[in-house]
Amino acid sequence: MALDKITTVQGTAVHVPGSDVDTDRIIPARFMKCVTFDGLGGYLFYDVRKHEDGSDKEHPLNNPRFKNATVLVAGSNFGCGSSREHAPQAIYRYGFRALIAESFAEIFFGNCTTLGIPCVVATGDDIKVLAAAVEADPALAVTVDVEQCRVFFGDQSFTVHVPDSARDSLISGRWDPIADLLESMDDVSARMQELGYSA
Amino acid sequence: MGNGKSLFEKVWDGHAVRELSNGQTQLIIGTHLIHEVTSPQAFGMLRDLGLKVRFPERTFATVDHIVPTDESKEPFSDPLADAMIRELRKNAEDFDITYFDLSTGKQGIVHVVGPEQGITQPGTTIACGDSHTATHGAFGAIAFGIGTTQVRDLLATQTMAMSKLKVRRINVDGQLPPGVYAKDVILHIIAQLGAKGGIGYAYEYGGEVVDNFTMEERMTVCNMSIEGGARAGYVNPDDTTFEYLKGRPYCPSGDAWDATVEKWRAFASDPDTVYDDVVNIRAEEVAPSVTWGISPDQGFSVNGTIPRPEEGETPAEQESIREALEYMKLTPGTPIKGTKIDVAFIGSCTNGRLSDFREVARFIKGRKVADGVKAIAVPGSQIVAKLCENEGIDQVFRDAGFDWRRAGCSMCLAMNPDKLIGDQLCASSSNRNFKGRQGSPTGRTILMSPLMVAAAAIKGEVSDAREVFELTACATA
Repeated sequence: MALDKITTVQGTAVHVPGSDVDTDRIIPARFMKCVTFDGLGGYLFYDVRKHEDGSDKEHPLNNPRFKNATVLVAGSNFGCGSSREHAPQAIYRYGFRALIAESFAEIFFGNCTTLGIPCVVATGDDIKVLAAAVEADPALAVTVDVEQCRVFFGDQSFTVHVPDSARDSLISGRWDPIADLLESMDDVSARMQELGYSA
Repeated sequence: MGNGKSLFEKVWDGHAVRELSNGQTQLIIGTHLIHEVTSPQAFGMLRDLGLKVRFPERTFATVDHIVPTDESKEPFSDPLADAMIRELRKNAEDFDITYFDLSTGKQGIVHVVGPEQGITQPGTTIACGDSHTATHGAFGAIAFGIGTTQVRDLLATQTMAMSKLKVRRINVDGQLPPGVYAKDVILHIIAQLGAKGGIGYAYEYGGEVVDNFTMEERMTVCNMSIEGGARAGYVNPDDTTFEYLKGRPYCPSGDAWDATVEKWRAFASDPDTVYDDVVNIRAEEVAPSVTWGISPDQGFSVNGTIPRPEEGETPAEQESIREALEYMKLTPGTPIKGTKIDVAFIGSCTNGRLSDFREVARFIKGRKVADGVKAIAVPGSQIVAKLCENEGIDQVFRDAGFDWRRAGCSMCLAMNPDKLIGDQLCASSSNRNFKGRQGSPTGRTILMSPLMVAAAAIKGEVSDAREVFELTACATA
C-alpha cells in the first residue's frame, strides 16, 4: 500500500486553548450514531462552538480570521477520555493536517498517527509564543517539520518532540500499519496456537 | 536489584510477534471485544481491503452504548440506534463472530459481559474499541482501549502495532474506613496523580486493600485507569480471581482447570520486580470522594471546600479551575456538601455490577428518593439484572423511587435516550465528568460511589453517605 510520506505539514494555524480537552468535547457522543465517519467534520467541537439553537458561540474555529487553518495548536493532555477514533476523524475531515500541543493522551495520539496526522509536542512557552504570533497574524505560514522535529513560523522556530516510532511511520509513509501486520501472519498463527487462543 | 518480571512484561513478551520497522511491537491480542459504536467503520475498512476476520473465534460482540434502557421491543424508537444494532448483527453473522445479542439473555456492557462469561482471563491480552477496556485488567490481563483502525487491524490479523508501556506500581495499604469503597480509592488515586499522570504507564494496583478486594471491586479500580491517563491497569491474579472464574462458560473445566490455574498464577509479578515507579497510598486517607470539576482528577473528599482559582499552582491550573467552576456553576470557597442535585444515576461499566446494587439496596430499604430528583438504576448486563431481580433488589430500588432499567451504558455517555436536560446536575456512579458527557451540552456531573449517589438521591443534595446511612465510626473531618 503506497501511502504519502508525511515529512512536513505547512499551513495557517489556529490556537484552541485549554488543558484536558477530551474527545467528548472534540466530538460529542450523539454524533457517533453513524456507521461511517463521513460528515463528522461539521460536528468538530460542536457543543463549544454552537449554542443549542445552532447559532455560533465565540470560539477560535468560528472566527473568520482563522478560517482554513490546517494546523491545530492546543494545550496539555489533548484528546483525553474516550478512545473514539471519531475525534481524529472529525479533526481531519474538518481540514486539520497536523496538531501541536503540550501533551497528547495516548490512545488519541495513536489514532492520529494511524490516520497520518502528525501530533508534535511543544513546551507551554513555545506554544504561547506561537499562539501570540498566529493571533497577531492569522495568515502566518506555520510549518510542522516532522522529519527535523521543528516548527517554523515567520523568522522563528522551536524544537518539538515526536516519538521515534511515530516519526518513523510518518516520514516513511508507513503510518497505516496494516500492510506490515499482514506480513507475518504465519508467525501469528503459530503463536496463537502456542498461547492456546486457537486450535 | 531483582531480576523479577512484572505481569505486564511477562504477558507483553509472550504476545510479541516481532519488532516492526518503526520500532513498535506487533502484539497478539488474544481476545477482541467489539460493540456497535466503534466497529461498523472497521468492518467497512475490512471489506474495502477485501480482507476477512482472521480468527473469528477470538472476537466477541455485544451491544451496549446505544441500547435504550426503557424499551425492549425492536425496532427501537430511535432509527439511528436501530440501524447500528442491525449493522452489528449483520457483521457478526457475515464474519461468524459470537454475538451476545439482546435476545440471548447475556447482553450487556462489554466490560461486564467479558468477565461474567469467563472470556476475560489472566495472562491474556485483550483489546476493545473502548477506553474502559482496562477494566479487564482486574483479572491480570493486559487490556487496552483502541481506535477503530486498530479494530480493523485486530479483525484482519489479531495483532496490533504498539509501543511498550512502563509500569507504575500503586500500593494501597491499611484499612479503608466504613463507607469508603473501591470507587473512592480510584477517585482518590486519580486526584493524587492527575488525569495525565499515567500517560506512558500501565498501572499495577496492589497492597493489602487491593488484595482483599473482590473481583468486582478490582474491576471498578482498573476501569478508571484511563481517567488517570493510564492506558492499562491491572491486578495480579490470585485465589480471588480463580474463584470468580471457576465454572464460567468460557473457562476450562474438569482436569484442565487445575493446570490452567497454575499457569495463570505464574503470570503474577515476581516479588523482586523493579517497577518504573512506585506510589504508596494509605487507605485511612481515602474518604468518600466526589468530583467538583470537569476532569476526573478535579475531585476530593465529600467534606471538601470548592477550590478558588487562586489556589491553582500554575496559571494553566488556575484557568482550569476557573473554567470548571464556571461550567459547574459552583461557588468557590463553599462546601460541596449540600449542592442540590436533579438526577441520580447508578450503573455503568464502573459501578453497574451485582455487588454495587446489593450494597445500595442494603441501605435504601425503607427510604425514599427526594422530591424533584429523577433516580435511575441501570444494571450492567442482562445477567446482572436477573441476579438482582432474583434477590428482590430491583423491588427495593423501585420502592425507594428509582427507575429500574434494562442493561446498557445508559446515562454514562448518553448515546441513548437517557440524557440530562439543560444544566441538570447529576450525582453519578459513572466515570467521566466531562462537559456535556451526559448528553446535554450544559449538563453537569459529579462522580461518586453508588452509595454516595443513593445518599444524594435521598437527600436531594450532595451528602456524606456515612451520615445519611449512619455508618459506624463516622469520621466527618
